Amino acid sequence: MTELNNSELIRLSAAQLAAKLAAREVTSVEVTQAYLDRIADVDGQVNAFLHVNAEEALAVAAEVDAIRAAGGAEAEALHELAGVPIAVKDLIVTIGQPTTAGSKILEGWHSPYDATVIKRLRAAKMPILGKTNLDEFAMGSSTEHSAYGPTRNPWDLDRIPGGSGGGSAAAVAAFEAPLALGTDTGGSIRQPGAVTGTVGMKPTYGAVSRYGAIAMASSLDQIGPVSRTVLDSALLQEVIGGHDPFDSTSLTDPFDTLVAAAKTGNVTGMKIGIIKELHGEGYQAGVENRFNESLELLKEAGAEIVEVSCPNFKYALGAYYLIMPSEVSSNLAKFDGVRYGLRVLPKDGPMTIERVMAATRAAGFGDEVKRRIILGTYALSAGYYDAYYGSAQKVRTLIQRDFEAAFAQADVLISPTAPTTAFKLGEKLDDPLAMYLNDVATIPANMAGIPGLSLPGGLADEDGLPVGIQLLAPAREDARLYRVGAVLESLLEEKWGGPLLDRAPVLKAPVLDSSSTIAGGSN
Amino acid sequence: MAAINRDDVAHLARLAHIEMSAEELDRMAGELAVIVDSVKSVSEAAGDDVPATSHPIPLNNVFREDVVGHTFTAEQALSGAPDSFEGRFKVPAILDED
Repeated sequence: MTELNNSELIRLSAAQLAAKLAAREVTSVEVTQAYLDRIADVDGQVNAFLHVNAEEALAVAAEVDAIRAAGGAEAEALHELAGVPIAVKDLIVTIGQPTTAGSKILEGWHSPYDATVIKRLRAAKMPILGKTNLDEFAMGSSTEHSAYGPTRNPWDLDRIPGGSGGGSAAAVAAFEAPLALGTDTGGSIRQPGAVTGTVGMKPTYGAVSRYGAIAMASSLDQIGPVSRTVLDSALLQEVIGGHDPFDSTSLTDPFDTLVAAAKTGNVTGMKIGIIKELHGEGYQAGVENRFNESLELLKEAGAEIVEVSCPNFKYALGAYYLIMPSEVSSNLAKFDGVRYGLRVLPKDGPMTIERVMAATRAAGFGDEVKRRIILGTYALSAGYYDAYYGSAQKVRTLIQRDFEAAFAQADVLISPTAPTTAFKLGEKLDDPLAMYLNDVATIPANMAGIPGLSLPGGLADEDGLPVGIQLLAPAREDARLYRVGAVLESLLEEKWGGPLLDRAPVLKAPVLDSSSTIAGGSN
Repeated sequence: MAAINRDDVAHLARLAHIEMSAEELDRMAGELAVIVDSVKSVSEAAGDDVPATSHPIPLNNVFREDVVGHTFTAEQALSGAPDSFEGRFKVPAILDED
């Protein structure tokens, strides 16, 4: 039916796939199988997936194909993205597939319910390809804190794919999925997007339901889209977003103009603010160069570039590393070896529940999770509460005020997404503080609840690795990010002569030894 | 502000119900001391006149209709439990044997 071969098919954007599916130039089973074959070919190298959901994905694809073939009202009523496959970060609970949160404490656990975003993917009939790797309970910036081994960056398999959502970003960058879901507490969608040359969007806090995302820090967590184009993220956010009575922090605002905004991008007369504190010193030269190049392009396209100052951002990282662990220590108390997951019995001594709990949590949690639980317990302790947690909450107010002042001067703010390109696996693993610094530019948005989008800004001169550009807008103005993001993306792609991912090294299936026969189905 | 030491970490680990070996306590105490030192400046950032923000976009009085919605069956609720007995979670002894 299709004139495209599988390796061409998997490189199409979600919007392009949707158009071909609607025109019946290709079937969802063909598309889904092409991605499953790609996963089989390259995921041994990338390790983006913790679980592959082939059977269910193909069944959903076949259902969509049957509806389309039959035509009529049901075919008309299909969602635009029906039949377009997607990968899901393994922090989001799913019926019919395991959910591990990247932790040994939940190994083999199956959720008895679907997250709201999963229900919405199912309603749109999008085949779920599987669950993607992450830092344990989304705590990290490299995916190295996964209990199931690190994910590797498709641009250089010796480097990190970012974190915590390195699996979702790497899956999309390696053409193992056209779309993925991520979660962003301090940058876990945007920073992996930056270092893998993909698009990642953290919506306004409350714009997408958090029901069924295993909570890390509830006042900061946000589910959002991961994709290869700005338009694809807009399409996906419209599927998963909107009010949900199951999440008491869910906003009632409609968020239904995102796709239109991505399609009608225009920056003429817009004021775009450079945040003085989020570039320059501490940022890699190649990151800074690509950032300046994007500013030039936006200026040529008719935007006015202004400089804004957010003086309290210097406290953001510190305040984040007090608020987040405080919420972590409370949220992770439920993993007690009673209701779900692992139970480990102490080697000797009395078998009381407290000792079983302590042995279970010792065996089930990794080092970074333990560090954050201890830090949070400390910050919330009597005698320290005011100085730590209380002060951090005041800093949160100061950061919101900085943003308010900045948005009085500019429609959208811009910065590099991360201070460096992807670093080598293992490079920062023994230095938690160095790891935390990766999130310096992404954390302020979570602290203030505003939306942030990261899109590819090119390759750094010194190492040839992807650089991310971050756009920020006031709360509820997600559409503005898609509008500006789509313009910048098209200007950059015009300059490059195609998408940035066209320049990524080609990943191939491992060469089979001579005794093997070549099974069909791959490229 | 006081620095965090090994005894503090041992106490906090007990509060957080995480068993820690001597070697783990040594390492964790060193790492946490560096992290706590780096976040110290936060306590000097804001004056008494700055209100605290606990939630980025405050929503107040979020209610729903008082009707019974979906609930799990006992079987579903127990499906992931490490141990259960007659439709209940089964746990080790809650009280020390004295």
